[in-house]
Amino acid sequence: MSELTLTVMRLGFLAVLWLFVIVAVQVIRSDLFGTRVTQRAGRRGETAARPPQQRQQAAAQDRRAQQPAASARQRRGAPTKLVVAEGSLAGTTVALQGQTITLGRAHDSTIVLDDDYASSRHARIYPDRDGQWIVEDLGSTNGTYLDRNRLTTPTPVPLGAPIRIGKTVIELRK
Amino acid sequence: MSASNTTTITSIGAPNRRNTELALLVFAVAIPVFAYANVGLAKNGSVPAGLLGYGVGLGLLATVTHLLVRKFAPYADPLMLPIATLLNGLGLVLIWRLDQEPSLGAAMAPKQLMWSTFGVVLFVLVLVFVKDHRILQRYTYISMVLALFLLVLPVFFPPVYGARIWVTLPGIGSLQPGEFAKIIITVFFAGYLMVKRDALALASRRVMGLYLPRGRDLGPILVIWAVSLLILVFETDLGTSLLFFGLFVVMLYVATERTSWIVFGLLLSSAGAVAVASSEPHVKTRVQDWLHPLALENGAVTETAQARYAFGSGGLFGSGLGQGYSRLIHGIAPKSDYILATVGEELGLAGLMAVLLLYGLLIERGIRTALAARDPFGKLLAIGLSGGFALQVFVVAGGVTGLIPLTGMTMPFMAQGGSSVIANWALVAILLRISDTARRPAPSPAPSPDAEATQVVRNQ
Repeated sequence: MSELTLTVMRLGFLAVLWLFVIVAVQVIRSDLFGTRVTQRAGRRGETAARPPQQRQQAAAQDRRAQQPAASARQRRGAPTKLVVAEGSLAGTTVALQGQTITLGRAHDSTIVLDDDYASSRHARIYPDRDGQWIVEDLGSTNGTYLDRNRLTTPTPVPLGAPIRIGKTVIELRK
Repeated sequence: MSASNTTTITSIGAPNRRNTELALLVFAVAIPVFAYANVGLAKNGSVPAGLLGYGVGLGLLATVTHLLVRKFAPYADPLMLPIATLLNGLGLVLIWRLDQEPSLGAAMAPKQLMWSTFGVVLFVLVLVFVKDHRILQRYTYISMVLALFLLVLPVFFPPVYGARIWVTLPGIGSLQPGEFAKIIITVFFAGYLMVKRDALALASRRVMGLYLPRGRDLGPILVIWAVSLLILVFETDLGTSLLFFGLFVVMLYVATERTSWIVFGLLLSSAGAVAVASSEPHVKTRVQDWLHPLALENGAVTETAQARYAFGSGGLFGSGLGQGYSRLIHGIAPKSDYILATVGEELGLAGLMAVLLLYGLLIERGIRTALAARDPFGKLLAIGLSGGFALQVFVVAGGVTGLIPLTGMTMPFMAQGGSSVIANWALVAILLRISDTARRPAPSPAPSPDAEATQVVRNQ
């Protein structure tokens, strides 16, 4: 064996060994960042201004994060997140995973509304058996509005229809 | 983005990383095969005849373990199996390389390959039959008795190289029960401390800034200390007693979060070490070798110095596999205790650091598993197993590099020695089982009772 070949093999072996170590450390990296932090727009206008592919990406991430049980029930065109479009909480999103979302000033609500016109238990949004999302007013003082109409009975929420509670507007989005 | 930037934080649902593991395993099989070819080319100028068989065998073993992990522990840590495979494969190659030196005695590699296969079989058995690590908690006191039995057993057999740590089984060979006792006693410590940790942590007096536990809580640690000293005296096995005592102190510290245990542990272990080093001749020699490595002994320098010469001649990048002079280490065990000297000479500082980092990564994964585990028993067991592993690596590497006196333990996975390889594969299997439980995503919450009540109302 020539000296050159052996030298190349010697250094090559060390390189491969270190490559393994580096790849292993790369695998560990995912553990250090156990949570995913996504930026979201502070105002509604900025949400719209985001490039569409970025929004798609975010939606895809949300969908991936969902429980398998929930996604099995998911139909095409079903909303995947609830977005606060206006009001002091504008920009907040909640992933829809089949759980009931409560809205109000009470501290245990899913979305705690800091709004003078909101009652402590104002409204709730929940999926019915078919996966259709329903909004129901829980006897609030100032009422919950879907588009322009004050709710009196549990009502299905179409995609993108504004639900208005005081100064807060909520929408379901894909 | 405006100043009122807000962020959404969602936890990443722990993905099952089996494909990552597969990719790393391919790597972990390819590297030893490369090393094998390299040794053959350097020693004999040709690719060794057994290359294909060795590669296929190692690959087959890795494939089988990977498939079984996929089936029985789908969420287990992706790094432990590849790292263990790589270290074991590298160890086999190094032993085979040392077999090429006629002056170092009979060939050990085929036997080591057989023991490694047994180790992998035990790995698979543990993974298949221990469905949940909490089962081990039931056997807390049984494991204590079993571990003590295994520790005492070698006393009845003749000493080998000045240490009574082997049990000779006619027809099979000799086993080192201490290696298995290491795992079993960790199970006992984890089970015991889980129950007693509140008493140990809270019922204590504060003296000079240290928390002194009550006598009845301190009792067990003193008993373990005495037992490890007795092992040291009767079996002259410095390494195992250090390992056991260190293991207990580490687990006590983790269970109680009291720094005073570490102070106690260090004081007690140094007192014990000094007492034994000044009385026991076998240990005394080791300490003398450590303090004066260049002293002449039978007309040559000590093994410790020879190992350092090996590191020195290796330099930064080493002499290349198969091109070193490890045969010149006159010691009793260039294939077991001093295998790191061969790594240091033939792969150099760069290679030795990579190997030590691999051990470090394996230990890190174990500690990470302990952090992620949800039940206290699993936490303590994982920290104990990886802590014991870490102590063993430290004691061996420290001994070979001259940091501490040499103690005659085996480098896990790499060094020649059947019991060590088998026991360490079992250890990795238990860690994988705990990490599978820890990383498994939580079951989705049950639907709230309110929702069902409203549904019943609407149906009417």
